[in-house]
Amino acid sequence: MHLKYESQLREPLVTGNKTYHQVTEDIISPIEAKPSKLWYVGFYIAVALLMFGVYSVYREVTYGIGQWNLNKTIGWGWDITNFVWWVGIGHAGTLISAILLLFRQGWRTGVNRAAEAMTIFAVMCAGQFPIFHMGRVWMAFFVLPYANSRGPLWVNFNSPLLWDVFAISTYFTVSLLFWYSGLIPDFATVRDRAKTKLRQKLYGTAAFGWTGSTKHWQRHESLSLVLAGLSTPLVLSVHTIVSFDFATSVIPGWHTTIFPPYFVAGAIFSGFAMVQSLMLIVRKVFALQDYITLGHIEAMNKVIVLTGSIVGIAYLTELFMGWYSQNKYEGYTFWYSRAYLFSPYGWSYWGMMACNVISPQIFWFRKMRRNLFVTFFMSVIVNIGMWFERFVIIVTSLYRDYLPSSWSVYYSPSTYEIGFYLGTFGLFFTCFFLFAKYFPVIAVAEIKYVLKITGDNYKRDMAQVEGQPLESFVHENLH
Amino acid sequence: MAQKKFVVGCFDDEAVLFPALKKVRTAGYKIHDIYTPFAVHGLDHAMGLRETSLHTAGFIYGITGTTTALSCISWIFTKDWPLNIGGKPHFALPAWIPITFELTVLFAAVGMVLTFCYLCQLAPFVKKHHFHSRATDDLFVMVIECSSSTNTDDLQGFLQKYGALETNVQVAESDWWVGRYDKIEHPFELSNNLAY
Repeated sequence: MHLKYESQLREPLVTGNKTYHQVTEDIISPIEAKPSKLWYVGFYIAVALLMFGVYSVYREVTYGIGQWNLNKTIGWGWDITNFVWWVGIGHAGTLISAILLLFRQGWRTGVNRAAEAMTIFAVMCAGQFPIFHMGRVWMAFFVLPYANSRGPLWVNFNSPLLWDVFAISTYFTVSLLFWYSGLIPDFATVRDRAKTKLRQKLYGTAAFGWTGSTKHWQRHESLSLVLAGLSTPLVLSVHTIVSFDFATSVIPGWHTTIFPPYFVAGAIFSGFAMVQSLMLIVRKVFALQDYITLGHIEAMNKVIVLTGSIVGIAYLTELFMGWYSQNKYEGYTFWYSRAYLFSPYGWSYWGMMACNVISPQIFWFRKMRRNLFVTFFMSVIVNIGMWFERFVIIVTSLYRDYLPSSWSVYYSPSTYEIGFYLGTFGLFFTCFFLFAKYFPVIAVAEIKYVLKITGDNYKRDMAQVEGQPLESFVHENLH
Repeated sequence: MAQKKFVVGCFDDEAVLFPALKKVRTAGYKIHDIYTPFAVHGLDHAMGLRETSLHTAGFIYGITGTTTALSCISWIFTKDWPLNIGGKPHFALPAWIPITFELTVLFAAVGMVLTFCYLCQLAPFVKKHHFHSRATDDLFVMVIECSSSTNTDDLQGFLQKYGALETNVQVAESDWWVGRYDKIEHPFELSNNLAY
């Protein structure tokens, strides 16, 4: 028999005296209960935002890109800023579920399901922006390489924008498969305890006829591991390729080799912040404090302070290179358009610095990492900061580049440009509310797997084992 | 469809299940399957199942993706429609790496999931026999296939002795595994061999 053992020094990841059945009960029963009033309020606000977004998009599709305040210099404004922002948020889920699985970080089990859901919804939101930015959106399928009647005229495989098409669609597909394959056993759990016919039917369909056979579990484990192995370079490649959209151009402020690692770090940074915002609400609303413990929150805050500092170093490196290169265009962009507080967009640069670099340093203190209010507040601040970062990169580089005659007038978004952004919030939260209500928000089977290793009732028994002399320990456990 | 008789024993602790499994196997019973609420590591080895080769399939799908991407792009850009982009080479391999990588991952992931679903016979609307509804909650359900000489009462007693909380006998169709699982059964030859 194999031995499950984890040191007492690690804090338990599942608190309360849980049994396997209790785990099922805690996580599945919110699905079976009627949604609370608060849920309805949140859901309707989300749907209202979504409707406003749909109207904004309708205006844009009907009357054209002129509904936005883009001009001939600032061709990418809010929409591409929002695209990069949402894609960045969509990185934490796969990072948690894939990279942390490979690194054997036990705490991922509490948060991976919701984080992956968040990833999928965020990528859905991100995808809207480049698609509607095309203007004639009914021709969006032109980005796909298919044998067409125009020659055939192919897409440009050397273009980073096309790499993006492949990267984002692959990322979405793989994340969805990873997420759903993990959900199948949990849907089966919901199905097998369903009291109503309808629920049994719906979850039965979703569960694909899962029985829990050992052979199936063996294949499931192999599938998860390989998908994790595939997703790890994938998640790094996606934001790398997004950064190529900028880095392969010749625009001062974009043309930098530091972009890929700096974008990936930023993506993880903002993704974890979004996970924190959502998980703090979910654990409160569904009373899941036993599964998403302060330990989980602290671990995520550590990632936030690490990636925030990486991003900070990247900002400083860029400033240094702006001076060290002695290129006057680079110097102008970095030291005037961005870092000079009283330049037209100086406020956005310093907003970014304050939110992304300075304020997360508070998480060097353990007390702050474990403080729920500070964590929630910081998670919102970080996401505002990361939005500023993308705005800074895009707008400050575009509004004044080489030719002073084409320097643009001050750019601020139109109502429908803002409406589109709010609409994606609506889409994101509509999906997330439905997910939180109808899906197991925590991976039930995975929690059961780690329960006897890290559940605090089982860990207490381990205390005796730890005090035992080696010989009797070996005698009792290894025979 | 062949109906078979099974003896079902339910355990609530994997620490009890493993020794019981050892006893059952030593006694020479044929284990149909063990249904567990989560992946119990080591159970597949204890049951004597072979390693899955799903990851090998994944590798094959992956290199299929690599080949597809490279061959398609190079055909398009060197033969079908060579574009002169600032006099740069038509065969621009470094610029194709991102798409090649993405397609490798995409093919491997999609292929593996589909293979997984095929091998486990998982699909929407598939109905299978569930030996115990708590097998997805908190019970480890050991299912033993009976032969004509099996004494089901003895076997139930045997399971209870080694820690089964609940035992029963069930008759179920065993060949839901279309065309693969149950080699004994040949549904299309039945009319020729009624004696079977």
